[in-house]
Amino acid sequence: MDVVLRVSRLDKSFGGLKVVDNVSFDVTRGSRTALIGPNGAGKTTVFNLMTGVYPIDHGAIELDGRDITRIPARDRVAAGVSRSFQNIRLMPHLSTLENVMLGQHAQARSIRAQLFPLGFARINKWAEQAREALAKARLEEYPGQVVADLPYGIQKRIEVVRALMAKPKLLLLDEPAAGLNHQETGELQKLLREVSERGVTLLVVEHDMHFVRTLCERVVVLNFGRKIFEGTPAEVNADPAVREAYLGSNQSMGEAGHAA
Amino acid sequence: MSGELEGLLVILCLNTIYAYGVFLPAASGQLNLGAAGFITLGAYCSAFVNSELDGLGVSAWMSIPIAVLFTAAVSFLIAFPILRTRGVYMVLATFAFAEVVAGLIINLEFLGAAQGMPVDAHMPFYGLAIVTLLVALFCHYLMATRCGLAMRAIHDDESVATLFGANVRMIRVWAFATGGALMGLGGALYGHHFNYVEAQNFNILLSIYILLYVLLGGTQTAWGPVVGALFFTFVPELFRYLGRETGEKWLEDGRFVAFGLIIVIMMVIRPEGVVTRTLLERITGGRRRQPASPAAAE
Ligand SMILES: Nc1ncnc2c1ncn2[C@@H]1O[C@H](COP(=O)(O)OP(=O)(O)OP(=O)(O)O)[C@@H](O)[C@H]1O
Ligand SMILES: [Mg+2]
Repeated sequence: MDVVLRVSRLDKSFGGLKVVDNVSFDVTRGSRTALIGPNGAGKTTVFNLMTGVYPIDHGAIELDGRDITRIPARDRVAAGVSRSFQNIRLMPHLSTLENVMLGQHAQARSIRAQLFPLGFARINKWAEQAREALAKARLEEYPGQVVADLPYGIQKRIEVVRALMAKPKLLLLDEPAAGLNHQETGELQKLLREVSERGVTLLVVEHDMHFVRTLCERVVVLNFGRKIFEGTPAEVNADPAVREAYLGSNQSMGEAGHAA
Repeated sequence: MSGELEGLLVILCLNTIYAYGVFLPAASGQLNLGAAGFITLGAYCSAFVNSELDGLGVSAWMSIPIAVLFTAAVSFLIAFPILRTRGVYMVLATFAFAEVVAGLIINLEFLGAAQGMPVDAHMPFYGLAIVTLLVALFCHYLMATRCGLAMRAIHDDESVATLFGANVRMIRVWAFATGGALMGLGGALYGHHFNYVEAQNFNILLSIYILLYVLLGGTQTAWGPVVGALFFTFVPELFRYLGRETGEKWLEDGRFVAFGLIIVIMMVIRPEGVVTRTLLERITGGRRRQPASPAAAE
């Protein structure tokens, strides 16, 4: 199988507390994989390790055959991994279009691209590309508006578009559906399917089990930093270890899968 | 044009250039309270290069660019240690830098020590006005580039900017050094306009004022520094003028109290500065539709 992401024996501790413990899994190219687990299981930390927010204690991360374990955070996006954030991290003082254009930064590192006046030249390939991406995500209504004023659901989708602008091989989405209403979740689901059809591999952290079942074909479950399950969404409910993990936490599998 | 008005416009030009020097790093989230230090460097460097009697006697066509390059180089070098500090510590570090510069100059005999130094070539008002315009245009251009976009992004969230590939450290160093160069230019122009430089004129009060009016004008767009400089240059004068015209002496005497009050009020009602992105959008009509209802975030 064609593996785009290989995580091997990943370890991370914060001040003696082991938050990610010997985690290994592979993600196949073009697939849609979910990374789930109770609160505090270490899902966001795994994303942070992949994108270089924190250094790794032990283990290796391979992206498309290249070992990215030690490369600095700012070079990882060029290596092919970009992400959205659990709590929206758009730049509040930038417009929608500018936020999306920030996603292009890694492809525009030459002096010439850096000194190109995006703001004056209303028509240029960067702005066109960003507008097109917004249109594809059905977000073309708000290009010039400062994002801080936009509704939550719209901001969540802008984050996905910004991450896409980096032309990633692997897109990491941290709870993209959290806080969205039914209709917004539907819009997001549709957007992610289209993205996936364009060949981008998705790795999604999500608590909404219905969302996971309808979108993803594989599931990796973490609990207390350890991988306790890997398989299909159909199998995950039946797995005793997973049931135990969710029962032991303040949130039951039934609650996590309420929409099922 | 009356001499008084021209005098004010000269101050406005200089204040605007200084303001852009503090604005560039501020736009990427760094507070520079050392403006006086950079201005001193530029002023003395061009004075020394230009002055026939005490210096090298080179023409102003050379002395001003040399002063700019010199200040840029110094700013670039000190940017590395200074940018290791954050927030209020960076404010203190830049302040300390300005104090070191003042202390050095006052003890250097060949720069006139405490007496200051004459400058030969004169820069008339219109020259100053043209340079100011060019500086403003340059900063507007810079903020419109992808580099400017990265600066503003870093201001908002540097770790996310990093994750999208921005070299935060380099961008900050360049913003700081370019700002330093602009203040050096301002200092050089000051010297060539008044034909005398004196370190005591570039004191901590000047640094505070400049930082204050940059923040007051707003650091989100390149219009902020102009508005801040206009405000700081003209409002105290306005009070003086009103006091004189109406014969109400308290207006003239109390103008700094009133001015201080206005600043406090502005900071309260417009904490992000007078000119913000949203304000510009409203003015230019870029804001077409209002969002339906900001859905409750988590
Ligand atoms: N920078 C940090 N310093 C110290 N502890 C941390 C840090 N980041 C995460 N942790 C701890 O690591 C554990 C895992 O956190 P993480 O955010 O990865 O969980 P998660 O699976 O994403 O949970 P949630 O579903 O609530 O988002 C938690 O106990 C958290 O407190
Ligand atoms: Mg999380």
